[in-house]
Amino acid sequence: MHIVDRRLNPGGRSLVNRQRFLRRARAAVQQAVRQSIKDRSIKDIDREGQISIPRDSIHEPTLHRTSHGGNRERVLPGNRDYLEGDRIPRPSGQSGGGSSAGTGDGEDDFRFVLTREEFLELFLDDLELPDLAKRKLKGEASSTPRRAGYTTVGSPSNLSVPRTMQKAMSRRLALRRPGRADLERIEEEIAQVEAHQPAQDGDAERLEQLREEHQRLLRRRALIAYIDPVDLRYRRFEATPRPIAQAVMFCLMDVSGSMSAHMKDLAKRFFALLHLFLTRSYEYVEVVFIHHTDHAAEVDEQTFFHSTVSGGTVVSSALEEMLAVVSARYPPDDWNIYVAQASDGDNINNDNPKTARLMREDILPISQYVAYIEVGAEERPVDDGRKSSLWSAYEELQATSPNFAMRKVHHRTEIYPVLRDLFQRRSDERDRAKGRA
Amino acid sequence: MTMARADRPLFEGSDWNFDLIQRIYDAVETIALTDFRLDVYPNQIEVISAEQMLDAYASTGMPLFYKHWSFGKQFVANEMLYRKGLRGLAYELVINSDPCISYIMQENSATMQTLVIAHAAFGHNHFFKNNYAFRQWTDATGILDYLEFAKSYIAHCEERYGEAAVERLLDGAHALMHQGVHRHPRVRSRDLKLEAAREAERQAYRDKIYDDLWRTLPASTKAPEAADDHRRRALNLPQENILYFLEKTGPALEPWQREILRIVRLIAQYFYPQRQTKVMNEGCATWCHYQIMTKLHERGQITDGSFLEFLQSHTNVVNQPTFDSGHFSGFNPYTLGFGIMEDMARICSNPTDEDREWFPDFAGKGDVNGVLQDACANYRDESFITQFLSPHMIRKWRLFEVADRESEAALSVAAIHDERGYRRIRRALAREYDIGRQEPDIQIVDVDLAGDRTLMLEHSVADGVLLDERDAAMVLQNLANLWRYDVVLTELDAQDRRILKTHQMKPARLQ
Repeated sequence: MHIVDRRLNPGGRSLVNRQRFLRRARAAVQQAVRQSIKDRSIKDIDREGQISIPRDSIHEPTLHRTSHGGNRERVLPGNRDYLEGDRIPRPSGQSGGGSSAGTGDGEDDFRFVLTREEFLELFLDDLELPDLAKRKLKGEASSTPRRAGYTTVGSPSNLSVPRTMQKAMSRRLALRRPGRADLERIEEEIAQVEAHQPAQDGDAERLEQLREEHQRLLRRRALIAYIDPVDLRYRRFEATPRPIAQAVMFCLMDVSGSMSAHMKDLAKRFFALLHLFLTRSYEYVEVVFIHHTDHAAEVDEQTFFHSTVSGGTVVSSALEEMLAVVSARYPPDDWNIYVAQASDGDNINNDNPKTARLMREDILPISQYVAYIEVGAEERPVDDGRKSSLWSAYEELQATSPNFAMRKVHHRTEIYPVLRDLFQRRSDERDRAKGRA
Repeated sequence: MTMARADRPLFEGSDWNFDLIQRIYDAVETIALTDFRLDVYPNQIEVISAEQMLDAYASTGMPLFYKHWSFGKQFVANEMLYRKGLRGLAYELVINSDPCISYIMQENSATMQTLVIAHAAFGHNHFFKNNYAFRQWTDATGILDYLEFAKSYIAHCEERYGEAAVERLLDGAHALMHQGVHRHPRVRSRDLKLEAAREAERQAYRDKIYDDLWRTLPASTKAPEAADDHRRRALNLPQENILYFLEKTGPALEPWQREILRIVRLIAQYFYPQRQTKVMNEGCATWCHYQIMTKLHERGQITDGSFLEFLQSHTNVVNQPTFDSGHFSGFNPYTLGFGIMEDMARICSNPTDEDREWFPDFAGKGDVNGVLQDACANYRDESFITQFLSPHMIRKWRLFEVADRESEAALSVAAIHDERGYRRIRRALAREYDIGRQEPDIQIVDVDLAGDRTLMLEHSVADGVLLDERDAAMVLQNLANLWRYDVVLTELDAQDRRILKTHQMKPARLQ
């Protein structure tokens, strides 16, 4: 008999099959992910989670007999009071004489758990993000090497010459490696003795002694190397996460009756994407939700996405509310402030100048980035050149402020371009930072 | 045979190590081989983690298998059930191979490891080695090598012909997997000596019955053999093994496609005995572990505490909910197999008059091991139940039979556990385990060689139960894609050959 310990064998034998399964059911899984994003909080977008897809898409057919119709006999255990010949009303449902439950006739959905990576991949794919942005979001390159002392192994390019020489010197001292001076002294003495004319008493003896000493020193110098492999020291680097900082993200949204469910869904995706980006860039991210009609209020996420408040539309109220929150809780010196605003573009005309002024003079100077998306109905209307009132108010800002982006969005694949400038800018900054270092 | 009580139990507490596993194995082996005279393949015991058990689940328990998305589907489903705590994992998995490989989980306690070794490494192992269905159909020594070959061959095909093409082919082959087994023993190839002997025997018989009078009869006017019969004979029709037929005669298959069909077919054939002997296999293993654990306890090799732990787990395993309990999902094969075997042991050693009447062959004969081993070797589920389900067990389980006639509005109770019902119930239960009855009887009957090469199949409909229409259409589409010409499946009533339904499918266009 053999006992084999297989616990240390590499796991994940089913990984390939799992990937093939996901690829096979891609359309259904994508649909399910889309569905489950509706139920997820934007902070939870990148958690692993259970999804369910219709069994049809992954059904494996076989030739088998139907579960109903025909004449059947079935033996069951646990008879209590039936006698031969008793009549039992046919159970409702189509399961004939007995239960054939569990054969999976498609009535139940197929449920399984997607890992965080898989979920994110599908979510980002759905938004048609370019690969570069995806890589950044998935946080694969989120650490920078930082010096952390010395190590005895490393690549030659990291060899620290001063430290190596220092080590070599202390070793030479400790082992008393004869220096050049010692050697020269002996050689000089030998020369002196040899120079005696005529030779004195004991010279031969002395010479012998000196030559022996000379040989010993030479041998010792050869044995104790000037630089030994044990002296080598390399600069050590440690991967450290990118600078720790905190950011706050303000989600502003118009919740008046004109915002349809589709528009809110677009807004949610936009907010989720921005949040995802911020959590990759900052260690600590807070989210503040402010909704507004003709007055604004800070609310929780549930209310933010799921309540409708009747009233007019005064955008500046939301901006004022946001500034109030900033001054109360998020001093701009300590926090990176990001603002994401979603609206269908309605605003009372006489509020526009105030909105634009607040944005230009108070918000943009303290914010890292302000993005405005104007969400539209799913069918793109004919572009008749008409602009919504909020759009025209913001239009001049776009030209003058580099940290302001605005975009019209009708479909979820159009969300990414809004954030593209942002991704672009951050990577440029990092490149510049690298160039300095 | 009695043995002195051991001085010290094998273990106390639940921790185990490899040394202990070895000692447990030795103790179990002594009992299994000397007391119960089990006949087993050499054992190999592999300790795995829960994660690896999930992996093994997904590839039908085999240590290596080719890649296909359907295994991934099983994996994600099992993984979720396990991680949400809806379902525990099996304590063991055992593979019908020589040496017999048993997986045991690292999470098991020492008692559970003992149970698992007795159950899998001896119970299942004995059954695999001795049951006629396994001996006839499976090659325990070659299976792992064959799977290795299958895996690398399919991987090679994926590289060479593309994953998509191989996946399509495997989808089609998997759909026909249940129609890819030979249900009857293959014809043994005869050797020449045997053939000559048969011929001599025939000649002798002809000589013996020779009568000159036959010569005076007018010459036979029998028509020459019909072309249809000739064609069918040439194609080896009718044929129930659809994958075999495709592999041998599919007109548009590449050699690698034939080889993959063959792989799927041979694996289906390998698992065929397991489907036929679920009840007996589990019954045999459960019987073995129960006996061995009891013996270990009697001899003081396991403590009272761990014997209680074993009993609790054993009771869970053989729990059979009644039909109205809300947990009923068919018979528990462990209960059924173990119950019948335990009852056979009772009949052997302590029979009632009723038992003597029903089982004159072995009632009161005393040789429990011999009788059970004979049953394990020579029966499958259907014949085992037909032969050995006793009135005692029918009463104990309070079995009753419900008949569902299509023509009637209500179900009726056809038999209960009384004198008149025993035989009826026994026959009905046995039929539920007869794969030949539970699976549709589908055969390839003809190919329209003179016309458009339409492949003709027949489903012989028993009890008026037709094929599931949606699935049948999908499978036939797969079949048509493999055959590359039209496929027609006719459903005929088994008795009066009336046509009940016809399915027709055209192959999809090649891209």
